Formats: sequence, C-alpha cells, structure tokens
Amino acid sequence: MRAPTRQQIAAGEVLLSVDDVSLAFGGVRAVTGVSFDIRKGEIRAIIGPNGAGKTSMLNVINGFYQPQRGRITFKGQTRSRMRPYEAALGGIARTFQNVALFKGMTALDNIMAGRTLKMQRGFLWQVLRVGPALSEEMENRLLVEQIIDFLKIQHIRKIPVGKLPYGLQKRVELGRALAMEPDLLLLDEPMAGMNIEEKEDMCRYILDLNEHFGTTIALIEHDMGVVMDLSNRVLVLDHGVKIADGTPAEVQADRAVIDAYLGVSH
Amino acid sequence: MLGPVLETLIGGLLTGVLYSLVALGFVLIFKASGVFNFAQGSMVLFAALSLARLAEFMPLIVALALSIVIMIALAYAIEFLVLRHLINQDSIILFMATLGIAYFLEGFGQSIWGSDIYKIDLGFPTNPVFVLESMFPGGLLIDPTELIAAVICAVMVLVLAVFFQVTRVGRALRAVADDHQAAQSVGIPLGQIWLMVWAVAGLVALVAGMMWGAKLGVQFSISLVALKALPVLILGGFTSIPGAIVGGLIIGAGEKLSEVLLAPILIRTFDLAGGGIENWFAYVLALLFLLVRPQGLFGERIIERV
Repeated sequence: MRAPTRQQIAAGEVLLSVDDVSLAFGGVRAVTGVSFDIRKGEIRAIIGPNGAGKTSMLNVINGFYQPQRGRITFKGQTRSRMRPYEAALGGIARTFQNVALFKGMTALDNIMAGRTLKMQRGFLWQVLRVGPALSEEMENRLLVEQIIDFLKIQHIRKIPVGKLPYGLQKRVELGRALAMEPDLLLLDEPMAGMNIEEKEDMCRYILDLNEHFGTTIALIEHDMGVVMDLSNRVLVLDHGVKIADGTPAEVQADRAVIDAYLGVSH
Repeated sequence: MLGPVLETLIGGLLTGVLYSLVALGFVLIFKASGVFNFAQGSMVLFAALSLARLAEFMPLIVALALSIVIMIALAYAIEFLVLRHLINQDSIILFMATLGIAYFLEGFGQSIWGSDIYKIDLGFPTNPVFVLESMFPGGLLIDPTELIAAVICAVMVLVLAVFFQVTRVGRALRAVADDHQAAQSVGIPLGQIWLMVWAVAGLVALVAGMMWGAKLGVQFSISLVALKALPVLILGGFTSIPGAIVGGLIIGAGEKLSEVLLAPILIRTFDLAGGGIENWFAYVLALLFLLVRPQGLFGERIIERV
C-alpha cells in the first residue's frame, strides 16, 4: 500500500475525533476544551512544552483518564469516555512515555501479550494444547515472529525485558503494540532518551509502518526535527489549550507556537 | 530410632501439605497483583466458619456447595467495592486494602457466624492407622485425616498449576502483576482477572479452612495459620505454585524433625529448658533463606537494572 498523499489525507476519512474535551484533576486543569481529529493513514504529531497536556490527551483517547466534558468519536461511534478495554478491542494500541513493559517476562512473552484479544479459544483447549488452541497459538506466534524480525530484535527474544537497555525496551514496547494489529497507534515520546542512531532506527520503523501497513499513528515528540520530518499534521497544546493545528510548515510559522516555545514577555 | 523419626517425618509432611494449601492462596493473589494478601488467613477463618455453621442445619455436601457460593460472592464484593477503585495504585496501597479486608472479615465473620469454637466433621476415619508393621516394631502411625487432606491438596495443586501455567491466562496474570496500565492497554481486563484469582483464592481458603477446621476445630486462631504460610512463601518463592508445595513440605517436616532431633541436642549442650522449637524453627529457616536466596527456591529471579 502506498502512503497517502497530503491531499488524500486532507480529504480523508476521520478515524478519531475529539470534541471539546476538558479534563481536570481536582483544581488542576490538564486539558481545556480541546478539539481535533486524526484521519485514516496519517501521522499526527502532538507537541507542546512540558505540562501542556499531551500525555493526558493520549490517556483520554485510550481510556485511562475520564474527561469531565466533551465527546470522543472513534470509528463513527461517539461516547463521552473511552474505556481501556473498549479502546484495545476497537484497535487502539499505545506505548508509554516511561516504558511500561512486563519486566519479568521475556521480550517474546511481552509481545505475545499484545495478542491477548486475538486469542479467544476456550480454556480447556488451551490446557490440553490440542486442536484449535494449538493452531491458534502457532498462528499468533508466527505473526509475532514477523514483528520481531521487522524490529530486528531476534537476538533478545528470550531475555527478560527488565535486563535490556532502554533503547531495546522501547522497541519491544513498540512490538507489543504492533502485535495488536492496531488501527490507531499512539506513541508517547517514542524517541525519548535515545541516542541519534536509535532515533533514526525508530523513525524508520514509524515511517515503514505508516507506508507499508497504512497504520494511523499519533505521536508525542519533543524533537522538532523528527516531528517536522515524520508528521502530516501537527497539533500544538500549551497549558492544556490548543494553540495551533496544521501542517508542520504552518505550525512552525505560527506566532502563538513560537511564543509558547520561546517564551514571551507580557 | 529410625521408626519414630520416620513417623515424625511423615506427620510433618502431612501437616506441611496443609501449610502449602494456605500458602497457595497467597501465591495466587501475589501472582496476579504483586500484592501480599494479608486477608488470606481471615478468608480461611471466614470460609471455615461458614462451612461449620451451615453444616449444623444441612448435610455437609450442601453446606460445602453453599460455602463455595459464599466465597465466590465474597471475591466479587472485594473486586467491586475495593480493588476496582485501586487500579494503577502502588502495591503498598493494595496491601493496606487487604489489611482492612482482613480485619473486616474477621469481625464480620464472627458477627454473623458467632465466635465460639465449632466443629467440622468430615466423616473421615479418625482412628490412626498403623503401616509397615513388618518393618518397624509397632509400625508407623499415620493420621488418616491428614492423609486425605494431603491427597485433596495434591489434586488441587495439580489443577491450579495446569490452569495458571499452561494457559494464556498465566501470561495475563504475570502481565497484570507487572504493570496495570500496560496490561489494560493490550486489552487484558483487570477486573475479570482479579475477580477470578480472588475467587480461586477463596476456594483454596475454603479447602484449607475445612481441613484445619476438621483438625483443630473452627476458632479464631485458625486465621493465624496464615502466619505459618509466611516462611513457606519465603522458602518457595512468592510467585511459584510448586514452590508453595515444596516450601510447605520442608517447613512442615523441618519443624517436627527439629523438635525430635535438634531439641535434645540444644537442651544437652546449652542446658536449656527445651521445647518450643516448633514455634520458631520455620522462621529461622526462612531468615537463613532470605540471606542466601531471596527469591525463594522457585521464585522468579529478581531483576534490577541500575
């Protein structure tokens, strides 16, 4: 599949739209009245200074946080809040800012855990390890091995992930998200704490996923170079409020964005 | 000399099986939430009380079935009223919650079922059996109740081991214990997993309560059996079902043998009053184990990247 061109995306089908969402913790407002959409096949970046509400936004999308106001429409279905289970079932996968892996389990088991919802054979079959359950385990294992090949982590398959260096952990985490065969992939700072080489690898994977598999991706990233190179459209948040939304070039030239990043004298 | 020692060993092993059963309840919940469930002892007491009092009005088998329903309902209530609201909290918070559940259950159980000593009569033969009379003078004395308890326990362990280790559920359990949010993000339903393990832990508590109740009578002190499960867990590892079994056997046999073999030596050498070894031997053994192998015999290796 070819990556959609900018014009195609601009006219494309909306996969997820967030409408006037507000989220507060006690008196602290994390997100205030934010609306935006994510179109099928695009790479959508969410940027903003620290504390802008970017991660909170992702947590609203996959159901970890319950917004006080607003609506979320995913695949044409509108609701006031997402639940983590519904989000996963609907095809939303994610990674975390600080790597949330199952530390005691091997890389392979971590990625297999991403197949949880795709493996639905009854317990009895699984216990007996025969019939449909066995072929199911094999099929899923095959797909997981393909993901492992794609991410070039064959050599660490059997190592408990707690022992792996940070960059590889991030890759395993991406693998687990991919194992869900997501329609929407949420990446929370996929390149944080990586060296240049690792960053380039990660960029490559993100672009490959988008181009070859047509995966829609929303990512939070601080590295502006990466954001400008990768994304089709950029949403800019500051103090929980949307201050800009557009193509990388448009956003880069936006006065409010420049002020938010460089500071402005009042 | 060999005869009495062997007899002590067998008696110890059979008691050890009962320790294993209590330890198993801990392991199940620890595997699924990384939390030490302080309430396990209270669940044993609650289950035993329910069974003992219900059995006064109805046949044992009906009382047992009703008790199973009660323990499952209890698991549901705990999930609905407590755990559900503590998703993504530190494990120390969950531990504190189990502390609360423990004391509530102890009090609540005695409020509805009474606080006297009750009997559970399982109808097992109570007369001791003598075996291998040809090999040892007088033969070896075995308590049939303990023997039956051991068999029941062995079967339960086998079933649980298969259920939790062979299936995809095993993977989900470990995932939930490691990271709640990550588990939720791949679509593992936390509530269902917790409900399931608490229900199974409740059933294990019921069997343990039934066996201990038949042995000692149902009374408050049954909840203290949980304290004996602690050294078992340290020996076997908090996350291992086979570990709970082997740990229970070692502790059970060890404390009985220490009383017979170690006590006379200590008394002679240090001119002590003697006795009481059974009470502390298990804990000292556990302490030594912590120094040598903190993850226990079968526990998962403790991984810490610095």
